[in-house]
Amino acid sequence: MKIGVFVCHCGSNIEATVDTAAVAEAARSYPDVAFATDVMYACSEPGQDAIIDTVRGKGLDGVVVASCSPRMHEPTFRRAVERAGLNRYMLEMANIREHVSWIGKNREANTNKAAELVRLAVEKLRQDRALFPKSFEVTKRVLVIGGGVAGIQAALDCAEGGLDVVLVEKSSTIGGKMAKLDKTFPTVDCSSCILGPKMVDVSQNDKISLYAYSEIEEIGGYVGNFEVKIRKKAAYVDWSLCTGCGLCMEKCPSKKSHDAFNEGVGQTTAINIPFPQAIPKKAVIDPKFCRQFIKGKCGVCAKVCPSGAIRYDMEDEIVTEKVGAIVAATGYDLFDYTKYGEYGGGRYPDVITSLQYERLLSASGPTGGHIKRPSDGKEPKNIVFIQCVGSRDKSVDRPYCTGFCCMYTAKQAILTKDHLPESQSYVFYMDIRAPGKLYDEFTRRAMEEYGARYVRGRVSMIYPKKKEGGDVLVVRGVDTLLGQQVEVEADLVVLAVGAEAAKGSPQLAEKLRISYDKYGFFMESHVKLRPVETNTAGVYLAGSCQGPKDIPSSVGQGSAAASKVLGLFSKDKLESDPQISQVDIKRCVGCGKCIATCPFGAIKSVDFRGEPKAEVIETVCQGCGICTSTCPQGAIQLSHFTDNQILAEVNALCQS
Amino acid sequence: MSQALSYAYYPGCSGMGTSKEYDQSTRAVCKALGITLIDIEDWSCCGSTPAHTVDHVLSAALSARNLAKIESMGQKTAVTPCPSCLTNLRTASHRMAKEAFKEKVNALLDAPYDNTVDTKSVLQVLVEDLGAEELAKRVVKPLSGLKVAPYYGCIMNRPPEVMEFDDPENPMALDDILAALGAEVLPFPLKVECCGASYGVARKDIVAKLSGKLLGAAAGLGADVIVAACPLCQMNLDLRQEQINQANGTHYHMPVLYYTQLMGLALGLPERQLGLDKLCVDPRAILRAALNKPAKAAND
Repeated sequence: MKIGVFVCHCGSNIEATVDTAAVAEAARSYPDVAFATDVMYACSEPGQDAIIDTVRGKGLDGVVVASCSPRMHEPTFRRAVERAGLNRYMLEMANIREHVSWIGKNREANTNKAAELVRLAVEKLRQDRALFPKSFEVTKRVLVIGGGVAGIQAALDCAEGGLDVVLVEKSSTIGGKMAKLDKTFPTVDCSSCILGPKMVDVSQNDKISLYAYSEIEEIGGYVGNFEVKIRKKAAYVDWSLCTGCGLCMEKCPSKKSHDAFNEGVGQTTAINIPFPQAIPKKAVIDPKFCRQFIKGKCGVCAKVCPSGAIRYDMEDEIVTEKVGAIVAATGYDLFDYTKYGEYGGGRYPDVITSLQYERLLSASGPTGGHIKRPSDGKEPKNIVFIQCVGSRDKSVDRPYCTGFCCMYTAKQAILTKDHLPESQSYVFYMDIRAPGKLYDEFTRRAMEEYGARYVRGRVSMIYPKKKEGGDVLVVRGVDTLLGQQVEVEADLVVLAVGAEAAKGSPQLAEKLRISYDKYGFFMESHVKLRPVETNTAGVYLAGSCQGPKDIPSSVGQGSAAASKVLGLFSKDKLESDPQISQVDIKRCVGCGKCIATCPFGAIKSVDFRGEPKAEVIETVCQGCGICTSTCPQGAIQLSHFTDNQILAEVNALCQS
Repeated sequence: MSQALSYAYYPGCSGMGTSKEYDQSTRAVCKALGITLIDIEDWSCCGSTPAHTVDHVLSAALSARNLAKIESMGQKTAVTPCPSCLTNLRTASHRMAKEAFKEKVNALLDAPYDNTVDTKSVLQVLVEDLGAEELAKRVVKPLSGLKVAPYYGCIMNRPPEVMEFDDPENPMALDDILAALGAEVLPFPLKVECCGASYGVARKDIVAKLSGKLLGAAAGLGADVIVAACPLCQMNLDLRQEQINQANGTHYHMPVLYYTQLMGLALGLPERQLGLDKLCVDPRAILRAALNKPAKAAND
């Protein structure tokens, strides 16, 4: 066997603390090494060409690249050796950047460690065998989870590309958070006017099957062949009959149900359609408030429904769909503002959240677009906006910046002046973060044209004060530019609450087998270069489920995810990774331990000449190797990571 | 209340002087409720407000000396009416949880302190160990008709990781106690705001401003009395009320009572045991007027 070793400088990333020439020199003494050199940038075009030329010129059988993490460039170098005519699995990488040069400054020690890692890679490579992927069929349908603007965009783009789309939304209408907004920044155009038509497109598109009021129950399978169980929650209304006429809402006697769509600032009926533009426009009964469910008698809606759609005995239903790819677009939830006791959240009715205020501004909201404060319905004159509530605050475990609150606060200050020309807005801020297109200009307009008074500093306390002509809230804070404490008497306080991961995100991530961060946001495959992919093939991300995003970014990512799905489905067959487990049927005693430990359900028991034997389902196996370390017989081996290959590495380390 | 409640009692220096009526009424109320308070032999000052600004180890040693005495008495829990003493005692224990700090403190003490004593405020014991429901059962003269503004002061519940009692922004312990006594408890928004504390000596203008706000807020709510739980707060609001009125051009006449005094009244204890005569703003006329109202109404 003839092996070539390429030790990368990575500019000064490696070369600054590792003597790469010395590592190459040491490599020349390792068994089977026919060629070793150091290169400036192995991943660059000349770097890859040098590898290809050397493989061909010297007739090499395998290549070791000592450079950065294989997470980043293993595919790059595999393609390079393949272009040179070798099997792509005849490549090994030694990570001498993340594991060596970046973590130590001692050049001599680093050089020795790098040489040892290269030695391991050489010994492993000597045991490597060519592996060949298998190809399998793809179900060209896509599941989109979440019907907010990101999910809608992804679904429409996929349908436009000719794919069948299954769109699952947990609430009874699509539209997500954007549907609740009155206007959008920085153009101040009507949110439902730009989202509404898209929602209608979803409902009228033959290629999109919409499961509203449904949740993901279970996901099995693998890229190209997922099997998804969807729980259709009981709406207690037969949607195939419901015409959305709204007669049930008019007659329902329980008129004090929690209005989730209006963020609790209004009240609704126990049977309701969340808003006039809802898609689908179907009624749902909330059993927590319905008299039929609480007291066992009422039945008014069943009596008045002209199409006889009411079904009090309805139960959840599970349906199964087969798809080839999944786009997660589950969005975000708002920070629970009652955690700030000093702001009196939940205690003082006139301290509300930004989204509640949005509903007050909206013409379709509970006040018909008139700004009335919740306590006494009076028009407020002084309105205080407080930014960074549950954002950039370690003390409530939300150290990250939500990013869009500066902008929506500026928008709300502008809209406030439009609604109430006599009003005065105050904005307490930490700093203004407005980096998008036309964003900074927009916040300046709020200050300069609309006269919102921006005060830099945190608010320490809000308390109510009795006053003639209506009670006020005293907002006590600090003006850090003036360097003194300030107090503002406000008629209404709007807390710009930050975003957090949607409730149940970690549970969904487990079902999708993707990673999530400590706050529950889904993790992309690579922060910069693979922003919509996950580490699970065939699962893509769109919108705020990955981290707080504004509408333009969410729409952009929705489209990006759709294009990734279309790219994936552009092939009729997909290749499976050959780095999977294989059962040596002669050694297998059929004990079934591997079946019990496999986290992916990739091993099944088969009958072989009257005896039970393990069999790996190749397309399901993820190559994690748990079964190989479980098997008491050593009968399961993970290709490319066999016992012999790992022992070769250990031996090399012990000898050097 | 399944077992007898018994605690080592730390009155604090103010309990011996400026807030004698707080100490008196605390003892009287506890006795009436069957809570045993055991005095600590030869206790000394906890370090009060100044010590911790000078030296954390020395400050902890002053408190630890007392805690060590309680430990040698075989007591597990100490109670004190004074939030400032409470802060010092609890902070000392909190800091001494770290072995290195504990060693430094013990080097200063005659007898080492093993950090086994838990300190609570009397208020905490009443709410957590006795319970507001139990208290309500013992009330013989309900305070119905009396509008009270419960004022905790800024350190009774803070910092939360040291005090581990109630909500630091919106505590309810005092509210619950007063409600159990039958009083009308107003939602006092400034219940944990600072009164100006010891600035009463150095910067009277600050106390006039901060305490003035408290008086104003209570008066604005229509309170008959402010109910305090801290000797220093009580002093600023009560003793300095005339100074505050002069400085701010206001005319408040707001009695500021300790919650233990009101408890004593509700439990039917004689006034002389509660030290009502020691308050600067005489509460008796207001109490009489308020407490007689509902009785009359009932007769009508």
